[in-house]
Amino acid sequence: MSIIELKNIRKSFGPIEVIHDISFSVKKGEVVCIIGPSGSGKSTLLRCINGLETYQGGEIRVHGDRVDTASKSIRHIRTRVAMVFQRFNLFPHMTALENVAEGPIYVKKEPREKALEHARELLTRVGLAAKADSYPPQLSGGQQQRVAIARALGMQPDAILFDEPTSALDPELVGEVLAVMRSLAAEGMTMVVVTHEMGFAREVADRVLFLDGGVLVEQGPPEEVLSRPQNPRTQDFLRRVLEA
Amino acid sequence: MSHFFEQAPGYLPILMQGVYLTVLVTIGAFVLATVLGLVWASMRVSGIAPLAFTASTIIIIVRGIPGMVILFYIYFVMPDLGLSLTAVQAAIIGLGIAYSPYMAEVFRSGIEAIDRGQTEAALSIGMGWGLLMRRIILPQAIRVALPPYGSTMIMLLKDSSLASTITVAELSLQGKLLASSTFENTIIFTLVAFIYLAMSLPLTAFNSWLERRLGKSR
Repeated sequence: MSIIELKNIRKSFGPIEVIHDISFSVKKGEVVCIIGPSGSGKSTLLRCINGLETYQGGEIRVHGDRVDTASKSIRHIRTRVAMVFQRFNLFPHMTALENVAEGPIYVKKEPREKALEHARELLTRVGLAAKADSYPPQLSGGQQQRVAIARALGMQPDAILFDEPTSALDPELVGEVLAVMRSLAAEGMTMVVVTHEMGFAREVADRVLFLDGGVLVEQGPPEEVLSRPQNPRTQDFLRRVLEA
Repeated sequence: MSHFFEQAPGYLPILMQGVYLTVLVTIGAFVLATVLGLVWASMRVSGIAPLAFTASTIIIIVRGIPGMVILFYIYFVMPDLGLSLTAVQAAIIGLGIAYSPYMAEVFRSGIEAIDRGQTEAALSIGMGWGLLMRRIILPQAIRVALPPYGSTMIMLLKDSSLASTITVAELSLQGKLLASSTFENTIIFTLVAFIYLAMSLPLTAFNSWLERRLGKSR
């Protein structure tokens, strides 16, 4: 069963079309990694799925509900599909614990005590139980991103979208975030990950999508797309990434 | 100098009557300006074009007219249109309106200083506009807006002397009346200056205290 379904998506900024007719779907428990050069439309496509961007053509459905930023249903869809951002976007005026409990308390209207208890469990799960009362500026980038993942989990979503979750991190902090993401994948979380981490994609993804210039050039299991790419554009991109 | 200390205590009770009206007008106008400023700022950041346009237009018009003229309009012109107000009421409403654009800009700059990522994170956990503003944007925007908000408060305290132009016997007018009947210009205007200063100091202290308190977690 598909949780997320994109059909013939087109997206333009003014007169410039940046996503050309992209279709794919994500099944429950599947990990899909989207790779491609910067400016290829990966992040924009991801942001269309939870309505942070509008799209002009085609249709995105989450659990069969149409993603439409003008509709009231968009808020419900966003609680089903959580998002982790490149720059973490934690709320700086709240502690790590409050960041995680904010959505459950104010959006899902869970009882405060229960939400805080659950938030504490989630922080333990991402290895940050000791930092529950720290404010985001007191945490390292890797710790902030792990809190952000706990915040996404706090919504008990059906799927999590990751928008280049390690791109803003110092190299030595990337591993701790990828480790948390690996464990989520192992537990069967449905994930769509825009990433430059080829190692992570190869190891964790069920399917890799290669985007270039707003076109879905190639998709398939990682061993095919990453090891035996068929399209010259994929071959060229991977050669440049692996040389660097 | 000794003359000053001999004479000053005798004039203080009369000046204090003016202080009462100065405080009344300042607080009244401050509350009104804050409420109106919040309304204009919310309209401007609402993302709804007609609301944003209306608010910008109001801000441009009101900011371009001297406070004194707005007071004259409310006190002298409104009665012709069937709305008669007492001088104090007119002063509070007029100064409240005259100061609302500055308040609006203070609030708007605070709101717009907050990173776009905060809005996206709040939306991504399913928040609507109301929750986004109340839980995420405003608590952060207040910290940014507080220093200019405090300055505006002190400017308003001093500009409450404009109320004298529509017969409100607040501190500056009381001082002027007293000086013209006693010819003790030096003593009286020195006293008036010190009283204004004395009123602004607690405001400054209050503002620093608020900044420290709200800035704690940063």
